[in-house]
Amino acid sequence: MAEESLKIASIQNPRVTCEGSSVLLDVNDGDRLVFARLSTAATIKIGNKKCSLGPMIGCPFGSLFQVESGPKGPYLSRVVSTSEGSNTQRKDNSQLKDELKDNRAIIDDNTAQSLSGEDIDAMRRQGAAGDEIVEALIANSSTFEKKTLFSQEKYRLRKQKKYAPRVLMRRPFARSICEAYFKKHPARIGFMRIDALSLLLSMANVGAYSDVLVVDMVGGILTGAVAERLGGTGYVCNTYLGDTPYSMDIVRIFNFSDEINRRIMRSPLSNLCSSKSKTSEHSEKENALSSVSTEQTDLPSGNGTTDTILTSMHETNSSLVDKPCKSTKPGERASPEILESWKQNGFSSLIIAAPELDTWKAVQELLPLLSYSAPFAIYHQYLQPLATCMHKLQVTKMAIGLQISEPWLREYQVLPSRTHPCMQMSAFGGYILSGMRIYSG
Amino acid sequence: MLSMDPGKKISFQRRICDGDLAIVYERHDSMKAVKVHEGSELQNRFGVFKHADWIGKSFGSKVFSNKGGFIYLLAPTPELWTLVLSHRTQILYIADISFVISYLEVIPGCLVLESGTGSGSLTTSLARAVAPTGHVHTFDFHEQRAASAREDFERTGLSSLITVEVRDIQGEGFPDDFRGLADSVFLDLPQPWLAIPSAGKMLKQDGILCSFSPCIEQVQRSCETLKASFTDIRTFEVLLRTYEVKEGRMEYGAGDESDSLGPLPCKRRQCSSDGSIGSESFSAPVIMARPCSETRGHTGYLTFARLKCLQ
Repeated sequence: MAEESLKIASIQNPRVTCEGSSVLLDVNDGDRLVFARLSTAATIKIGNKKCSLGPMIGCPFGSLFQVESGPKGPYLSRVVSTSEGSNTQRKDNSQLKDELKDNRAIIDDNTAQSLSGEDIDAMRRQGAAGDEIVEALIANSSTFEKKTLFSQEKYRLRKQKKYAPRVLMRRPFARSICEAYFKKHPARIGFMRIDALSLLLSMANVGAYSDVLVVDMVGGILTGAVAERLGGTGYVCNTYLGDTPYSMDIVRIFNFSDEINRRIMRSPLSNLCSSKSKTSEHSEKENALSSVSTEQTDLPSGNGTTDTILTSMHETNSSLVDKPCKSTKPGERASPEILESWKQNGFSSLIIAAPELDTWKAVQELLPLLSYSAPFAIYHQYLQPLATCMHKLQVTKMAIGLQISEPWLREYQVLPSRTHPCMQMSAFGGYILSGMRIYSG
Repeated sequence: MLSMDPGKKISFQRRICDGDLAIVYERHDSMKAVKVHEGSELQNRFGVFKHADWIGKSFGSKVFSNKGGFIYLLAPTPELWTLVLSHRTQILYIADISFVISYLEVIPGCLVLESGTGSGSLTTSLARAVAPTGHVHTFDFHEQRAASAREDFERTGLSSLITVEVRDIQGEGFPDDFRGLADSVFLDLPQPWLAIPSAGKMLKQDGILCSFSPCIEQVQRSCETLKASFTDIRTFEVLLRTYEVKEGRMEYGAGDESDSLGPLPCKRRQCSSDGSIGSESFSAPVIMARPCSETRGHTGYLTFARLKCLQ
């Protein structure tokens, strides 16, 4: 029994890649983040070397790869050593001696390194591994021994990044996707930081079997994050004003199963608000249309955008091979039956991340679609629209428990005797207005 | 509390029944969990409320006392529960909780280990995140605390998702039955470094650990221990700033000069004599927001790390 359910869990939540898996590649410890889809034809460019992503297929997520040069050019080779353990050891031994050193004897005159560019090229031609070049550079640096231990580490790391770059393969999760976008293209996700996204999901009580209404004008990160928490149960309804659905390309980066994709619905707001009879009349016509129109909107945006992400984020060249099995696309038009059930029961929560909409007007239309006592959370990168909306909600007595919060996130460098907050931090991750709908009938 | 129970899920049809857990909302900073009981009463500063009056109403309804005072009845959620639960220990609040759930990548179906259980604030949110097929195993060395937590999970209807055990994780480590099975591990212990080696054995490859510690010395020592078999070691602090919003009128110039003594007195005068002063000196009302003056300045440091992937 237990084994059976574990098996199911591992299908739902795969820890090993296969052909067609979406992956997040972390180059040199966060220096570069690349989304890619694994196939034998896909490649990644690191420095001036182009490597096939083929060796990554069938490896567990979390695997580390290093660029090596082989007879057929550079290739990715999996690193399975535990050499880092011995590094730590050495560090501890020299800890005491080190504290007496400083940088008074170091003169910046470009003569410290006796190994020339030609020497390094020659080493490469002889098939030296990246690590060997790094060791040679250290051995030939006249100042290395004079550096403090901390700057020796920094030196080693800098050379390693250049001569022996590493690629870590990560599972794309709401967390890693949001972090990657926030770092590279914050505007595409409305400057929503991971702590703000996490708060939205908690404040809106997103969990299995909930029916979550979202207005996602942040590229689909919100829709994807909600679907991830639903795990193939309940529904996330991505609603939009007018006739054109908002893009949700980021959803494709998640490795969602068909079961999860089926739970991602789209519906124009007019369909959610209109009366019962009108919907069923419309829906047949619209359904016939929608299957075509989703195809149309999905296909170009699918190939196009993911490629844009790939190319703009990095110079990867992975053709987006569709999964071998026929897969369900996320964002089908909600059927009349589902619309009807939402109308009967109300949504269990609401999340809005729509920087371009009038917040108060949107809330006036959307809040009545929620069950009584249902929580909601509204994201905005500016405070004023939320302040206005909160005031109006107070005056009209539509909701209680109203609060505007702004998360603050600080990362720390933790090292022996060198612990302090990181020198650079994100100063802003967005504002959230949260509350609960009340019964006013 | 969770939507996975179709009979309990909130909807337009759902009515408060005998035996339901409701959150009594007086004000945003004054709430209480109450089990609805046909013959019971709730007494507070607003008067006496008969539970019998609540049955058959929708959650989210306003209900009145014998003296005409009112409260709201809300459907429980993990967030509301965090605000009303009885504090047997220091608890985690929403900013840390929501960040931990995301960063630990807890999704439906996950197996999560937690120690200690404390008052069960985080545990409640973990249960929501792993539902319907996952499970949270939580450990506390304090027998009475574990028993109270168990009662709470019974009350909130989460006991099918959570197992509470009495065990000293720092001393004994996690039970060997979980070796290599945990997707994530959460530690809130005074000496987390003692439990880290065991946590490492419980995690699946690439699984994530989080350690919550209020003091930087604890973080320092945990990070030293983590280096042996973890990677991606990162420490964060996450806080919330809340804002208060009010509608105000901005005055400019024309008013009585002798009276302008700074913003506060002006404000009072404006309220009492609104209208008597020529309306041209006032602009339209403006909505203004400012951060609340007092806030939690520190909760704890959150250290995350991933088990190295070696096979």
